[in-house]
Amino acid sequence: MSAKARPHATKRSARIFPWLLLGAGVLIGWSGIIDQILAYWDDITYLTRQHVVLVAASGGAAIAIGVPIGIWLSRPSMARVAETIMQIFNIGTTIPTLAVIALSMTLLGIGFAPAFFGLFVASLLPIVRNTYAGLLAVPAHLKEAAHGMGMTPAQILFRVELPNALYVIFSGIRTALAINVGTTPLAFLIGGGGLGELIFTGIDLMDTGMLLAGAIPTAALAVLVDFLVGQAQLWLIPKGVNPLR
Amino acid sequence: MTKTIRLEKLTKIFDTPSGQVVAARDVDMEVPAGEICVLLGPSGCGKTTALKMINRLIAPTSGKIYIGDEDTSTLNDVELRRSIGYVIQQIGLFPNMTIEENICVVPKLLGWDRNRAKKRAAELLDLVGLDANLFLKRYPKELSGGQQQRVGVIRALAADPPVMLMDEPFGAIDPINREVIQDEFLKMQAEIKKTIMFVSHDIDEAVKMADKIAIFKDGVIEQYDSPDNVLAHPSNAFVADFVGADRTLKRLRLVTVEQVTDTDVPSVSRHAKAKDALTMLESSGSELAVVIDGDHRPVGYVNAQMLEGARGSVQELARSLPATVPHHADLRAVVSEMFANDVMWLTCVDDSGRYTGVVTQPAVTGALGETYRKSSNKAA
Repeated sequence: MSAKARPHATKRSARIFPWLLLGAGVLIGWSGIIDQILAYWDDITYLTRQHVVLVAASGGAAIAIGVPIGIWLSRPSMARVAETIMQIFNIGTTIPTLAVIALSMTLLGIGFAPAFFGLFVASLLPIVRNTYAGLLAVPAHLKEAAHGMGMTPAQILFRVELPNALYVIFSGIRTALAINVGTTPLAFLIGGGGLGELIFTGIDLMDTGMLLAGAIPTAALAVLVDFLVGQAQLWLIPKGVNPLR
Repeated sequence: MTKTIRLEKLTKIFDTPSGQVVAARDVDMEVPAGEICVLLGPSGCGKTTALKMINRLIAPTSGKIYIGDEDTSTLNDVELRRSIGYVIQQIGLFPNMTIEENICVVPKLLGWDRNRAKKRAAELLDLVGLDANLFLKRYPKELSGGQQQRVGVIRALAADPPVMLMDEPFGAIDPINREVIQDEFLKMQAEIKKTIMFVSHDIDEAVKMADKIAIFKDGVIEQYDSPDNVLAHPSNAFVADFVGADRTLKRLRLVTVEQVTDTDVPSVSRHAKAKDALTMLESSGSELAVVIDGDHRPVGYVNAQMLEGARGSVQELARSLPATVPHHADLRAVVSEMFANDVMWLTCVDDSGRYTGVVTQPAVTGALGETYRKSSNKAA
């Protein structure tokens, strides 16, 4: 797991990031491009809302369904089939997200539904994988101790297994949401709306202002989501099993 | 509250792809209330299986287990386990919980009132010499290995279960700390008097901890007896081999200085006159006398030869003592001191350093040999 290395990487990029932003801001300010971007303000607010709804709905659904699937696969009764099912999930991830979105269009037509479904599928795997792996990595002796002390299987899951796997599960959610936010602009291609509309149209029209009006909020959103999940990871995971604290 | 543990014809057969494996066959034993029974044997001998059948982490194939007078098969698994303290080698403190939460796991499962559980946790930490104010809110990773295992033991004691199962509880602790924790545990056991089943593969640990030792081989008890009898009278070649060729030396640990001290060796004040001391020595029939100071502490010794025709006080004539041993020390320490100083006898002192008597090498060998004389008398 790269879980240990991650905090350092985030810290370093967090230090450099404000400077990059400042540099970019100065450049943009000189060229007068800010006015060009702000010309699309109404579009930006409307499409950002659409974008956020797509991310929240598909990401939320992936968490709500991925975590239980991961738990279910990690149960001892599933031990025989779990690896096979994980392999199928793994093959699923090798399919590029653009292809997933295209495939979901052929199934569900155009609009919000196929976009939602495509993004949901793309973000499901990291969550299932990490939940499953995180729960399996809980040391056997902890489960034995819990068992021997008279906890029921449900108590063992909620009081011992999940709290101890939470850091790994959160890492999966973080990865999934990063993929999700990054892929959401593609939703425009199948009529799902979102900031992709400004980006792709901007490219087609060679309109840098329009392009940036889509690209900058998309980038900012990705950073914001990662920051929020990072904060959740920091504060929601019990201190004793949280390498960040 | 304490109860006996009784196993009746307990058998466990595992079905494996390569055929049936018997992990325990017709195990019959009874551990009297308040005693420690150590299950001892090489790995794979079935001792851990026998232990885990008691709290049904492994379901017995056949046989009965009684705790007190109760047949445990009438209880459900969860109920049974909550009434038995369980300590494992890897300690198994939950890293996501504070020390307090860890100790309160079983009380919480049993529905204790929060304050009562809290009070109990603080009380137990006190019992093992950990400051409750300091440790209750800490997480396991902030404790040393030895501290963690102390918490592991008191966690098992939290709901005051009548019986405890301990699966190589001190196996992962370094040798120095292990001795300390074993001593602490024995001291605690003297107070709480639980009935304890204790799995070990270390004969020295077994001899130290056990009231009774059960030696396992291939799922069968080879011998179930007191540590001294297992060492002095192994029932067969396997047991003799397992307890080791130096088994008699191991018995040294089972006898304390007090039990072999010769209290007839007189003491004499260092200010006494040589002539008076000689008279006293001759009338006592002892070869030597130990010279003591005002606080009754031994400072040297004199014998008849040294006193013969001498003048002045005993103090000027006395020879120094190479070493003294405390009366609660075991004979292993005594023999070690004797060998180190090349002497045949040592003086013993009580806890405040006062002279209590003399321990001699013949007394030591005599104490060890007694059991053989008894059994040969019986045979004759």
